[in-house]
Amino acid sequence: MLRLESLLASGRAAGADLVEIFLERTDHLGVLAEQDTITNVSPAFGMGAGIRVFLDDRDGFVSTNDLSDNGLIQALEQALGMLGLSHSSKTSGPFGGLKVMRDFAIDKMDWLTNCPSIAEATLKLLEGTSRLEHHGNHLQARRGSYSRDWQSVLIAASDGTFARDIRLHQSLGLNVLAADGEHRAGLGRRYGTSDRPDDLRQWDADAAAQDVCTSVGTMLYADYVEAGQMPAVLANRFGGVIFHEACGHLLETTQVERGTTPFAEKVGQAIAHEAVTAIDEGLSEGAFGSLSMDDEGMEPQRTVLIENGILKRFLSDRAGELRTGHIRTGSGRRQSHTFAAASRMRNTFIAAGPHTPEQLISSVDKGLYCKSMGGGSVGPTGQFNFAVEEGYLIENGQLTKPVKGATLIGEAKEVMPRISMCANDLELAAGFCGSVSGSIFVTVGQPHIKVDSITVGGR
Amino acid sequence: MTQPTIQTLNAEDLSSRLQQLAQGAGIQQWDLGASCSTDTSVQVDRGEAKQMKGAQRSAITLRVWNGDGLVGITSTSDLSDTGLARALSGAREASDFGNAEETPAFSPLATAPLAPLDQPLHQPQPILSLLDTLKQAERQLLDRHIAISTVPYNGLAQRSSERLYLNSEGACRHQSLTTASLYLYARAEEAGRKPRSSGAMRMAYGAAELDIAGCIEEAAERTIAHLDYAPIETGYYTCVFSPEAFLDLIGAFSSLFNARAVLDGVSLSRRDSLGESVAVPFLSIRDNGLHPGNVGASAFDGEGTPTAPLDLVAAGMLKNFLHSEATARAFGVAPTGHAGMGAKVSVGADWFEIGVTPNSDGGQQDLDRLNHSGPVVVIDSLSALHAGVKASQGSFSLPFDGWLVEGGVSRSIEAATVAGDIRTVMKAIVGFEGVAKITPDGLCPYVWVEGLSITGEA
Repeated sequence: MLRLESLLASGRAAGADLVEIFLERTDHLGVLAEQDTITNVSPAFGMGAGIRVFLDDRDGFVSTNDLSDNGLIQALEQALGMLGLSHSSKTSGPFGGLKVMRDFAIDKMDWLTNCPSIAEATLKLLEGTSRLEHHGNHLQARRGSYSRDWQSVLIAASDGTFARDIRLHQSLGLNVLAADGEHRAGLGRRYGTSDRPDDLRQWDADAAAQDVCTSVGTMLYADYVEAGQMPAVLANRFGGVIFHEACGHLLETTQVERGTTPFAEKVGQAIAHEAVTAIDEGLSEGAFGSLSMDDEGMEPQRTVLIENGILKRFLSDRAGELRTGHIRTGSGRRQSHTFAAASRMRNTFIAAGPHTPEQLISSVDKGLYCKSMGGGSVGPTGQFNFAVEEGYLIENGQLTKPVKGATLIGEAKEVMPRISMCANDLELAAGFCGSVSGSIFVTVGQPHIKVDSITVGGR
Repeated sequence: MTQPTIQTLNAEDLSSRLQQLAQGAGIQQWDLGASCSTDTSVQVDRGEAKQMKGAQRSAITLRVWNGDGLVGITSTSDLSDTGLARALSGAREASDFGNAEETPAFSPLATAPLAPLDQPLHQPQPILSLLDTLKQAERQLLDRHIAISTVPYNGLAQRSSERLYLNSEGACRHQSLTTASLYLYARAEEAGRKPRSSGAMRMAYGAAELDIAGCIEEAAERTIAHLDYAPIETGYYTCVFSPEAFLDLIGAFSSLFNARAVLDGVSLSRRDSLGESVAVPFLSIRDNGLHPGNVGASAFDGEGTPTAPLDLVAAGMLKNFLHSEATARAFGVAPTGHAGMGAKVSVGADWFEIGVTPNSDGGQQDLDRLNHSGPVVVIDSLSALHAGVKASQGSFSLPFDGWLVEGGVSRSIEAATVAGDIRTVMKAIVGFEGVAKITPDGLCPYVWVEGLSITGEA
């Protein structure tokens, strides 16, 4: 603590408005099972520091693996130098010392040791790939993967912020490739939670395998979808990836800073259909994007982004507040010490509505039902595209034949007003989000939703 | 200001410490890949510094073979004695779960001579100098057209790095490298119209060597060329892929050439696919990490095997697969220098050279996309390859930026996707246009492909 206070005081004495130190230790385990064999066990551990210095609305950031006194001092000096500061500047006020540490880690010290051992993880994965073999037909490749990420962080800043935490994320995935003559289909499902050391042990490998095999069996013989504009019903859980990518990112203050969000001046205005209420929070117990504190030491909140179609708030971090005026929301997040924190999503979802999923489907004469979404991306002008992993035609209000090769294409500000119905079956799904401050754990979610019209790419 | 201390790796010291620790732990066979780097980078926003970053990183991946010959690994950023000892112990524990059906060994080429690479080392520039350079570049790009309002994605970065490969039989590979990169991605908007964006990037061995003017020029040209846009009708079109776009597409389907993917059953190729016709008879695809245009080329792979050129497709026939030591052993050939490092070793391509097979007819001649009576769709850049490519199935559906050329008139396409199957694409190449261009991913001319499905919003 003395060493940290000395560094912070030194940065302030050199003229910095604020100095923040992020210290991290990590412990990772990855296990891969293919067919009925463990083919890769990859442990990793590490440590590092990220030092960020603010002056006015500018900042400099340096990361290092060298946690010696000399290493940290050099990193601080380098960050100060980026802003033209040095110890000869001596223009700023004194450092008032760190506050009493908020210790979110204290009840989590045994989490790592309580996680499943490598032996347990391998057995569970082999159970998964074995159940795939049991439930599947024409399976050419079966894979199960397990990932455990443990992270201990300590944050100290010259505004007195002083906090530490331990985070634990575990995820499991099953993937298959099915082939029958010229027909091929590949599909996967991932399951993930945070802060539950025991979680792998609770995983229902049989149910997960059955789910994957049912879907890939259906998609193996699916025809390509016909391209065009049509209504679409998006299933719950991972269907929320579209809101996350297409709209959620545009509600981060990093996008306001860049001038790349069409919603920058729209707080208080309608940006979506009145059926849409959207929330981002870091509080849901066990959810992949939940936090005890963000990576700037702030406790997370429940942030209503859109309420009945009206834009209410942006997600903001320290720099975002400084540069855009949007109040911090406990959303300053980063992959590791090598990234400066930025405003990022946590658990982001569209709230449940009044309808049943069946009502949404029966309201469509001819359209697309997206049962499972693959990945996607959003471009710098807000255009998004998402692969539909498992899709079905809707004809006369009924699900009919499966279709493959569909891509949903659109622009957030045009599509959000077209989400006209939300069902009552909200569910969350774990995912990873890559952006300016690296790849982080998030959840996406929604109930079944209906989009009145969207461009479907196909053949 | 304080300049960052350049991180270095001492191969002799690392080897000696590891040997000692391994002996103490009863480990006879091990190898190690190590890297360290010192980076500085800047981003700007309308004339002001947006973010300045520095980083010192070091990391090792350590593999050990246990008494049963099984392999385990551990990676860490802690290069202290304590860190190395813990890594050895972790790798030893992981080896208990090693795959007895496929155990990697040392590459037989881990001590073979390396091809010389002409990679001049440059001293890093002060970060404030990088900042000035990027501010000027941004200003010049903004000044190129009134509609270019911001350059929301930009960056100027430089890196000094070292790589090592060591093994317990005395192999010792070492490479030092400096690189610099610049990217400028502009956003332009005209009244009442949608914003449009495009950009360019450059790489060099040092910041002073970067072709900044060329990057500004290309970013401006590309962005301005998308200002006048219109939707395109859904249908089947002859498409002209830019060098970057075609290299992206081939790269996304490189499991076609990947022996690891073949053995795992997730490639479209099979063990006996070599010699089969996979493309038009004038197509050549070569992996050549040693090409002088490949800035930042590696002299050796993760197992210490020298990087070397390899014909993948010649005269439309599949000629070779990319290999690690283990896959090469399984196929009865030599490793090709495309391995990563792990208990299960990954395999990946380096840098493609795509073009006409010598002495073939070369396909249709005198192709000229800008003066074609059309209609043809020029695909300038592809997006979302991670989501829109099903490598193990061959299909793709990808958004792109590009133009519709009709009667010699070119107009930007508002928003569209291109869909197809890579096996069909490689057999539907009409010909090549122009001189092959060097890009960060390879060397390629414009590639004409007929009959691809385009979904538009018209």
